[in-house]
Amino acid sequence: MAIKPKPNELLSGINYKPPLKQWMDEPVEFKKGYYCYGAKPKNLEYIGFPNGREWNSSEQDWKLVDNWKEIFLEGMENLLKKFRSFRLFMDICVRCGACADKCHFFIGTGDPKNMPVLRAELLRSIYRRYFTVAGKLGKIAGARDLTEDVFKEIWYYYYQCTECRRCSVFCPYGIDQAEITMMGRELINLLGCCTDWISGPLANCYRTGNHLGLQPHTIKSNFDYMLDDLEEHTGVRVEPTFNRKGAEILFVTPSADFFAEPGVFTCMGYLLLFHYLGLDYTWSTYASEGGNFGLFTSNEMMKRLNSKIYAESKRLGVKWILGGECGHMWRVLHQYMDTMNGPADHLEAPVSPITGTRFDNAKSTRMVHIAEFTADLIKNGKLKFDPSRNDNLNVTFHDSCNTSRGMGIFEEPRYIINSVCNHFHEMPDNTIRENTFCCGSGSGLNAGEIEELRMLGGLPRAHAVKYVKEKHGVNMLSCICAIDRAVLPPMIDYWMPDVGVCGVHELVGNALIIPGEKERENNLRGEPLPGMEEKGEEE
Amino acid sequence: MPTLESEGKSYEVDEEGYLLDWSQWTEGIAAVMAKGDGLDLSEEHWEVIKFLRDYFDKYQIAPMIKILTKELAKKYGKEKGNTKYLYELYPAGPAKQACRYAGLPKPTGCV
Repeated sequence: MAIKPKPNELLSGINYKPPLKQWMDEPVEFKKGYYCYGAKPKNLEYIGFPNGREWNSSEQDWKLVDNWKEIFLEGMENLLKKFRSFRLFMDICVRCGACADKCHFFIGTGDPKNMPVLRAELLRSIYRRYFTVAGKLGKIAGARDLTEDVFKEIWYYYYQCTECRRCSVFCPYGIDQAEITMMGRELINLLGCCTDWISGPLANCYRTGNHLGLQPHTIKSNFDYMLDDLEEHTGVRVEPTFNRKGAEILFVTPSADFFAEPGVFTCMGYLLLFHYLGLDYTWSTYASEGGNFGLFTSNEMMKRLNSKIYAESKRLGVKWILGGECGHMWRVLHQYMDTMNGPADHLEAPVSPITGTRFDNAKSTRMVHIAEFTADLIKNGKLKFDPSRNDNLNVTFHDSCNTSRGMGIFEEPRYIINSVCNHFHEMPDNTIRENTFCCGSGSGLNAGEIEELRMLGGLPRAHAVKYVKEKHGVNMLSCICAIDRAVLPPMIDYWMPDVGVCGVHELVGNALIIPGEKERENNLRGEPLPGMEEKGEEE
Repeated sequence: MPTLESEGKSYEVDEEGYLLDWSQWTEGIAAVMAKGDGLDLSEEHWEVIKFLRDYFDKYQIAPMIKILTKELAKKYGKEKGNTKYLYELYPAGPAKQACRYAGLPKPTGCV
């Protein structure tokens, strides 16, 4: 296992001075800690992906199939025909450089090929060479031949992009680098060169229903433990249902919420809230994954994995779907689900059974984000809180890239947090809302072997947290994304210890006053509530 | 794929040393893995490893940490049912180290 350098060593290694040579003449150097392991053939076989084989991304010979170049170029031609946006993004960049220093990976590594413009140029140079007339002039027209080294360079840098789209906010043409990265990854997948970390969850999700491979009885058992804890903390026995036909609402969230900490505490928050409301809803062990690593792989794979949500909603006969705190899940649900697997005519336009609010924004997908759902409950005075239970926390909010830039959820989580907490402080303006900085590990880059890259990619976010920690005493970073909940704790801990990470509904669960509950002594983590510390010690 | 040797037998592991086929696991290979990290496996280490194996047999995944600590407490006493105790035994973390010694595959996804 790689030993991480100390933070100051890593910081002092960042060099923004560009190399003297032209970028095309600068060969790619594969740095350990900056690239993932290659996909195992058995995982690619599960999902019917081509060209799976035993290969090692750190070796010279990737054992590419003989006609790899034809496959790549033919694939590129198909994508250019299929997605007009791709051709547009290949054609229109004027290399103004507005995006260059907006990328967290460029800020963190200083590597010029992590400037979004240059990352796109890696693929654009192939586009020019093979798909434009001027490209025949070669280098002078920004074109280059597709060689094995060029392919490896694309691979290396297209897995150093988290598809966060911060650069696209600043691009005067609105070029969406995430879509370019998606196209690059589609091509990479034609050659069986997916990463191990992405292909594992894909295979698990396709086969068993979720990234982790949790089977129905495992899911049930995990819930039982959470319910025991909830009963211990609140005195209330929550009894959720699974795969229940005829429920009004199907609830879908990332599987990490019922497996990994601190996600499980967020999940306990959902459970308490739904119990309090008496919501007629069900969990599903089939559509048991909100996340969709297909988004990081190919359009077709994303569609296949996503199809389970509508299929299950149809089978169970629910009226509409409610979705939990996840980032990239919502990019898929909000922007692609409707046209990929819809129209969902078997569902109704979502109406909150508690407040009667019609969610017209979700009229076509028929799936509502839990932050919208809960904010609406609060707005209508349906929830009672004791925010002082969160008084030991000084909270800030990390906007997840996909829910902020992808769907404009800015106000709802803040409104909820301010209703359930007394201490909230924003990070600087240029690091939140649509300008939010990525966690540095999204889009399938949360693999252990690239920890060094992830720490550097998270640096801008960590600095913003450091600022509010020092200025306001912030000690809790809240978010609405499962990847965030998994990756922010080690990243924040690396740069600046003593700031925790939680989901927004964990804070809701702490503060929610439930009729018949016992006097709460602990929060959902089992830690003593403010003012109850001594009581815990006495016992 | 890299391999590890124990008692004349060869075991395929992934890049991080996780056994590719959990059913091939033996106590010998667990000891070899631990030795590679400079650890001698004590009775307490084996309690965790055996729990993980039994759990995996039933659920085909590593237990969530909440389950691991609760069940260890039930089985072996309250002082063994917390993450601090687990990190003392397995400094690289129960998920990364204990699961690897127990022959379980690495969990992937949003974790």
